[in-house]
Amino acid sequence: MATRKTLAVGSAAGFSGDRTDAAAPVVRTLVARGGPAALIFETLAERTLALAQIARRADPDAGYEPLLDELLEPILAPCLKAGIRIVSNFGAANPAGAARRIHAIARKQGLRAPRVAVITGDDLSGAVHRKLLRDGIGASFDSLDVVSANAYLGAEPIAAAIAAGAEIVVAGRVADPSLVVGPAMAHFGWAANDWERLGRATMAGHLLECGAQVTGGYFADPGHKDVPRLHDVGFPIAEIDADGQCTITKAAGTGGCVTERTVKEQLLYEVHDPAAYLTPDVTADISEASVRAAGRDRVSLSGVRGHARPDRLKVNVCHEAGWLAEGEISYAGPGAERRARLAAEVLAKRLRPALEIRVDLIGVVSVFADDRGRLVKATPAGDARDVRLRVATAHRDRREAERLTREVTALYTCGPAGGGGVRTALRPRLDIVSCFVPRAAVHAGFELVGA
Amino acid sequence: MSRKTTVALHALAHGRTGDKGDRSNVSLIAYRPEFLETIVAEVTEARVAKQFAHRKPRSVKRYVLPKLGALNFVLDGVLDGGVNGALNLDAHGKSLAFLLLELPIAIPAKLVPLLSDSKTSKIPRRRKQ
Repeated sequence: MATRKTLAVGSAAGFSGDRTDAAAPVVRTLVARGGPAALIFETLAERTLALAQIARRADPDAGYEPLLDELLEPILAPCLKAGIRIVSNFGAANPAGAARRIHAIARKQGLRAPRVAVITGDDLSGAVHRKLLRDGIGASFDSLDVVSANAYLGAEPIAAAIAAGAEIVVAGRVADPSLVVGPAMAHFGWAANDWERLGRATMAGHLLECGAQVTGGYFADPGHKDVPRLHDVGFPIAEIDADGQCTITKAAGTGGCVTERTVKEQLLYEVHDPAAYLTPDVTADISEASVRAAGRDRVSLSGVRGHARPDRLKVNVCHEAGWLAEGEISYAGPGAERRARLAAEVLAKRLRPALEIRVDLIGVVSVFADDRGRLVKATPAGDARDVRLRVATAHRDRREAERLTREVTALYTCGPAGGGGVRTALRPRLDIVSCFVPRAAVHAGFELVGA
Repeated sequence: MSRKTTVALHALAHGRTGDKGDRSNVSLIAYRPEFLETIVAEVTEARVAKQFAHRKPRSVKRYVLPKLGALNFVLDGVLDGGVNGALNLDAHGKSLAFLLLELPIAIPAKLVPLLSDSKTSKIPRRRKQ
């Protein structure tokens, strides 16, 4: 095979709720650069899919990324014109619904109908899959109130969809790096067992999957790690060669920076054993990896290896898990910390034994602490003069959880002196159990959908 | 024998926390190659376990990545069940890299001139217990 040109892959979202103005500068840069290119949006955290499944129950047309229009409208026309493939998991619980919406957006903008592919097979929430999930999770599965169950699919169906002519690939649950590996496989014609190349492209995908986290977002620490124009941080672009090696850069004319330090932080993000970063596609190995600056806002990654992919696929089963109740109240001025601590005692005495509460003294000790209150107890009372007391609890029964919000509100008249600014929240909780299922039990594929 | 100075790990390294379920990983990346040897010697699994003691880690595993000038710590059981179960405002534990960066580190005198801005990396004052 002739050596194919470098593939440029831009990233325009790192989670559901990321900036919707990120994509345009990335696409402008890809267009100006010329040559083959793809654009990914990663919008699916573990819980996002369960929330999408709930939305779909209420409205059969819903259940895909709620910001889909805002994400796509600014860039759909230039991507179609320049042949930039769009690959995303923004289908969430309803990829077919997202595909219909994309066609509607194209019509509204007076564009021709794009060729959209929907990735299928990840959704295991149907009754037919119950036995499979029970085998994976065990008997505790029977007591779960399941909201969603999705297997992490890999790059193969994405690559196949692109090879079949798809301009936009809409997936639900796929492994985040596979959003990049898929278009690279299709472009370079890599085999599904080309572990070295898949391993390298997987780490390119890993560097892109969190959007600005590799270009100076989530990085600044003034005086130690300064980032220029953080308010306008640009999103990343990976230039991937035929061997899967990549150079990370970013959208032209934007803030942020790509340095060896930003790339190292993201390279190790959510990595456990560096020799075995597992995805459905490959076991990537960064134990011998290194990064090297290759010009302004350009960093090359090398030394990544790949080993055979895992035999089984990971499945996340999301289930209902009762209620989370939270309440906050502020104390300031002389004795503020003592008054906040007294308020916490009042709440604990009123709510026990049915409810155990977590106590945070914001401004004294909070997020570093633990739910059991060990660190708060070990921190002797001091004289902080501006303290926000925050308490939280969880319970299966909504009415029981709600007692916390009522008791925090009652501190206005029944608690220590001078408390103000009560805020309370009561939310349903979702929890996730993961299991592994045989690859053969999951039927990953794609469908090209008409306009 | 050279005199030792004590600084917060924050003066020597930067890091980021990731979470999956009840497992947290904290990367630690040396600001300069010269710092790595001291970091590897000082930031042991045992010291990290102690720094996170109130979160009762089931295990602390350290990986050293010399080519990146970095370490990666994997801490099991420190997230009170993880993002969906914990009552913490920061249920992901995203702030935890900075708990590790508070660790006091004794450094050899030869490294002192290499510190970029030691003013902002003072050892945090803990309330006397």
